[in-house]
Amino acid sequence: MEKEKEEILEGIYKAAQANGDNIISILQELQHQFGYVQKDSVEWFARKSNIPEAKFYGVLTFYSQFHMSPRGKNIVTVCSGTVCHVKGSARIISKLREDLKLKGNEVTTKDGLFTLENVNCVGACSIAPVVIVNEKVYGKMSPDKMLKNLKAYKE
Amino acid sequence: MSVVTLHINDEIVSARSDQKLLEVIREQGIEIPTLCHMDGISELGGCRLCLVEVKGSNRLLAACVTPVQEGMSVYTHSERLVNYRHITMELLLSERNHTCAVCVMNGHCELQYEAAELGVDHVRYEYMTPDLPIDASHSKFTLDHNRCILCMRCVRVCDEVEGAHTLDVMGRGTNSRIITALNRPWGDSISCTKCGKCVQVCPTGALFEKGSSVGEMEKRHAFLSWILNGRERKEWHW
Repeated sequence: MEKEKEEILEGIYKAAQANGDNIISILQELQHQFGYVQKDSVEWFARKSNIPEAKFYGVLTFYSQFHMSPRGKNIVTVCSGTVCHVKGSARIISKLREDLKLKGNEVTTKDGLFTLENVNCVGACSIAPVVIVNEKVYGKMSPDKMLKNLKAYKE
Repeated sequence: MSVVTLHINDEIVSARSDQKLLEVIREQGIEIPTLCHMDGISELGGCRLCLVEVKGSNRLLAACVTPVQEGMSVYTHSERLVNYRHITMELLLSERNHTCAVCVMNGHCELQYEAAELGVDHVRYEYMTPDLPIDASHSKFTLDHNRCILCMRCVRVCDEVEGAHTLDVMGRGTNSRIITALNRPWGDSISCTKCGKCVQVCPTGALFEKGSSVGEMEKRHAFLSWILNGRERKEWHW
């Protein structure tokens, strides 16, 4: 492991110790520092802090806020809640996947520009179907309208 | 330690105040099914087979994690409970691929035994038949996710008795799975001590010793109390 990275990890470790070795806050800090939770830094932590690796992995996979692979520059979140689903969110997702050339279980594009994910409800059913790009909310979307909106992020 | 008195199926029973309901019920010679409970490790309250009815509470309570209370009135085999246990067992069986005929534990399996005791001869729910892998990378044992019921006995015994905590659970709901270390193959795990406690406590054929064929795997449950009692009496020397 590079020296710089180890120094960052050492810093997180010291802060975590003062916090009483809280697994969730360690993982949140790791994700904040590196953009996603890297396997080797979890291994480093498990060795250092006496928290078993398996326990880390259990928490990592339980919460959807944690990611174990690099994420795109823009996060596109499509709502798949009941109302959005009825209003055709599945069609938006398949159109976007086609446009972003995502295959199989992939969620991030090859150029690292976009990550596409769906959530179960964003609580904005009155403007369903909803798509959120980064922090901006697009309501009453259709597949074609969304493709147009997405173009602005491609530059 | 104070003593409390309570009613179990309308019989007056006395118990120590630190006891759990399950222990008291079993002391009375009343049989209730359990899968996640095991003497010697902590309680989980996960399998929901030991549910009992307590007067004054309209929720059903898991006997293994409910402490006894003065004057409580407990029913263990009401019509509602028999029905619910039946349903719980059917749901357990429908979740993964429990095919007894090709299982190493056929005839010695706790899941099979409890299902037969409850009279579950068919499952009314659609089988989920998930596509699950088998981890045979370990030199002595095999982990077959198809037969796992997520009772977490292996996880608890690995953490509490062996102290290795090689095993844990990943994911949520029906996607949950037993993992070893950072979801690496079991054979690559550096924390596993190959003690085999997880295999011996597993109620189904999900964990078994390599080389056993259909119906050949028998688990030795008594070993756990043997180890723990020996520790208490300081019989072990090394």
